[in-house]
Amino acid sequence: MASPVWDNHLPTQLCFTTERIGVFQPFLATAYSAFHQNVVDNRLQIKLIIMRVKVISRSADEFTRERSNDLQRVSRNYDPKLRPQEKAVEYVRALNAAKLDKVFARPFIGAMDGHIDAISSIAKNPSHLKGIFSASMDGDIRLWDIASRKTVCQYPGHQGAVRGLTVSTDGRVLVSCGSDCTVRLWRIPLASGIESDDSSDKSLATYVWKNAFWAVDHQWEGNLFATAGAQVDIWDHNRSQPVNNFEWGNDTVISVRFNPGEPNILATSGSDRSITIYDLRTSSPARKLIMRTKTNSIAWNPMEPMNFTAANENCNCYSFDARKLEEAKCVHKDHVSAVMDIDYSPTGREFVTGSYDRTVRIFQYNGGHSREIYHTKRMQRVFCVKFSCDASYVISGSDDTNLRLWKAKASEQLGVILPRERKKHEYMEAVKNRYKHLPEVKRILRHRHLPKPIYKAGLLRRTMADAEKRKEERRRAHSAPGSIPRRSLRKNRIIQEIE
Amino acid sequence: MEIHDVSDELEIKVKKYQRGEGADLESLKDKKLKGQLANKEDLFKKSANAAAKAEKWLMQTEEGRLEPDGLEKTWRFSQQSIANEVDVASRKNQFDLVLPDLGPYTLDYTSSGRYMVSAGRKGHLTIIDLHTLKPIKDMQVRETVRDVVFLHNEFFFAAAQKKYTYIYNRAGTELHCLKEHGAVLKLQFLKNHFLLSSINKFGHLHYQDITTGQMIGNYRSGLGRSDVLQLNPYNSVLTSGHSGGTVSMWKPTTPAPLVKMLCHRGPVTAIAFHPNGHLMATAGMDKKLKIWDLRKYEAIQTLPGLAKSLDFSQKGMLATSTGSFVQVLAASDSQEYSRYMIHTMAKGYQVNKVLFRPYEDVLGIGHSNGLSSILIPGSGEPNFDSWVANPYETSKQRREKEVRVLLDKLPPESIMLDPTQIGNLRNTKKKEKPKQHEIEAEKAAAIVAAKNVPLKKKTKGRSKPSKVTRKKQEGIELAKRSFVEQNKEDGVMKKKQKRTTDASELPVALQPFVSRKTT
Repeated sequence: MASPVWDNHLPTQLCFTTERIGVFQPFLATAYSAFHQNVVDNRLQIKLIIMRVKVISRSADEFTRERSNDLQRVSRNYDPKLRPQEKAVEYVRALNAAKLDKVFARPFIGAMDGHIDAISSIAKNPSHLKGIFSASMDGDIRLWDIASRKTVCQYPGHQGAVRGLTVSTDGRVLVSCGSDCTVRLWRIPLASGIESDDSSDKSLATYVWKNAFWAVDHQWEGNLFATAGAQVDIWDHNRSQPVNNFEWGNDTVISVRFNPGEPNILATSGSDRSITIYDLRTSSPARKLIMRTKTNSIAWNPMEPMNFTAANENCNCYSFDARKLEEAKCVHKDHVSAVMDIDYSPTGREFVTGSYDRTVRIFQYNGGHSREIYHTKRMQRVFCVKFSCDASYVISGSDDTNLRLWKAKASEQLGVILPRERKKHEYMEAVKNRYKHLPEVKRILRHRHLPKPIYKAGLLRRTMADAEKRKEERRRAHSAPGSIPRRSLRKNRIIQEIE
Repeated sequence: MEIHDVSDELEIKVKKYQRGEGADLESLKDKKLKGQLANKEDLFKKSANAAAKAEKWLMQTEEGRLEPDGLEKTWRFSQQSIANEVDVASRKNQFDLVLPDLGPYTLDYTSSGRYMVSAGRKGHLTIIDLHTLKPIKDMQVRETVRDVVFLHNEFFFAAAQKKYTYIYNRAGTELHCLKEHGAVLKLQFLKNHFLLSSINKFGHLHYQDITTGQMIGNYRSGLGRSDVLQLNPYNSVLTSGHSGGTVSMWKPTTPAPLVKMLCHRGPVTAIAFHPNGHLMATAGMDKKLKIWDLRKYEAIQTLPGLAKSLDFSQKGMLATSTGSFVQVLAASDSQEYSRYMIHTMAKGYQVNKVLFRPYEDVLGIGHSNGLSSILIPGSGEPNFDSWVANPYETSKQRREKEVRVLLDKLPPESIMLDPTQIGNLRNTKKKEKPKQHEIEAEKAAAIVAAKNVPLKKKTKGRSKPSKVTRKKQEGIELAKRSFVEQNKEDGVMKKKQKRTTDASELPVALQPFVSRKTT
């Protein structure tokens, strides 16, 4: 009984005697079995077959739901072997996502109709998301409710064109200035839906001064506001005369902007093609930069307050670092006519520009070309643009007396989005970004319909720029080597910087 | 010690989910790109770790195994002894359907492993739901049926009948008659691309898109009649085996095969692909079974034996069948395949096809007397992903899945030998000009070849010695001419280049006008 017995009748089984049982420890056996078998040689031998066998066995109730109002059960296995050709599938999804992007790209939401003259400026209230102020060339100032696109209340009073509008830090006072040499302060109704028109006198104060004003801007944290006219004047809410003024040169100042990070720094642009940076704490201006062409408007980046972008007459926007004005950080080229207004998104990652060529463009803060262009047959010269405070909408005011509301992301779904929908949108965005460099996907994402005059003008500018470059190369080739230095575009447009 | 083992184990798992090496960030100079890539690599690592942890802790089903003790061999265990050890539900998966009159049976499973369609040569088609073991539809088409394959769902299957191929509904309704394919011997369905492919009696390959009905490709293999057609699931490349021992690989957009390999010294009888994409098993009439590495196109193992049918399981076990003998080979750690289990059927049964059932430890056998199904512990992937293939799906889930799979349908151009190349940059290889001595060597070889051409001896005075020598000279001149032309072309190119001289040769006044491209 001590030796193992090989049973010749059943070649598929191997049997062991009882002695070897003691060697096996019980915890090893998952399906430990022993059974008796009849034998050779008339001797009863206990033969045992030991094996550990396990087969995949699933019970249906682990994988199906118990009640009909339960959620369906989902079991996941992330093994890449189960998903062959996953890159090709991702590519197809990216292509489909790009196409869907274009299918759902309907950026225009609506127009706000009411003014009877061209819109000269827009202001947004930092403490109230739904309201926007607009002023027109005939002195009409209105407060609009963006959701319903209707006028909430009007502020009559200005005699001529209103050139600048701004809202105070606490969101209670509206400041407006115009070419009738007045600065007016108005009371803003509370956001809790007081829709009274003329029940109380909304005008808080009217200050008359010596010259017409071109722009106004309020400090981000404080009680002062600055106006631009013959010189830069600093006013306080309660004083009827400016508390301070700055002047550098004899030309008019066209626009003024306070820095969002440092409440005492402001940037102005003048009609002598300069950009000047002032500090309120010192009595003299800090820095001046003269360019080749006039800057129509300036906007500071709210997330990186040392950078600002200037909207220039020569169809480009120049981003500067205020600490280093000798070279532009980035040149944003895509407009075909003068850029009239610029505003940054509260995320600091994009900005919107409105231009004389009847289009509104959205640029990335560090991108040389625009990400998006909005145009309509009915929208004429765009004089002012604003990015809404939740970075979802863009408001443009134009020559045709309308304010237009656009989506910042053209194919975004408005309204409440379910979590699953949002995840799907995020996935589509991510897969599109992964393959956006491949030619088919890029062609679809890049495609925009441009109005014919803009398209032609763009081609013309490109031909002209190429011709200019060729001539420059030939001039350089015909002169002594090194006599015509190469200048980068970032520096090219700057004439000089003055301390 | 234990902690080490656990972390090593986790590392191996993490490697599986990382899908290759990370980007080489050291050599990048662009800081912005470096920062963005470093961020992305970090995210990839996190997701690979999360997937590895999920695999370790969250998998619901354990895989099967057969552990012998000591001197025991796994292939000594019969199906009977295994049946005695497993639970009742698994024992249900072992069955024998005796259908003696209707010819050798072939079978196909859906990708979830729940439904099986089988066809007897004499025209018997059935769809069986394997969870309830009930036939959904049983029909007789009264024609020879050579092959049957499920389309994307259990609702549609295609049967290669005597003259044409037909697509049927789950209810047995004939939906389409595909006349262009001809008399098909084998069918394959490319799941991701929705392409039904076939090889017919004349050795012609057809690819048809079943969503639009368009015939994408129709190619003559050029290698004669072949009844071996297999799909490589890793890259969706079709492979057919021919009677000369060659195996050719096809994609729908080119008329010539991608790869032609000489695998056997006789006709190829069966081909099978490992799910990882780089192992191929072929069997030929030269009584050899070879396992090939497709990355290097060389045989890593040769086993003796005939095989009429081969199939790899999800876990990499290889099932082979000849006559009435079925064996399953498994790869041990040393990557060598050795016998794992055997199953001998009763004497008269000729096995036609073996096919592993997905997500179960089951091997389906179609033979001359019906269908059998045996248990092979450890062959199936235990944990399915509901969003890839769900054996327990409801009708709503099935409908949603059909729509999503259609949205993700891949274009036929995306089939390539290496499917990870999509999205990568093409390497711009510069064509190297052959060096002078290489050209000379080629020329000499061509002249020798031309000299050694045996000229046919003609009668009636047409093979006079003068004529023979003249013909030979002409052959040699022809061989030389092609090289002379090549040289002339190069000479012209050289002259053209010569004209655009470099800067140092010009007078100072003209130096700025040297074209920048050549300097």
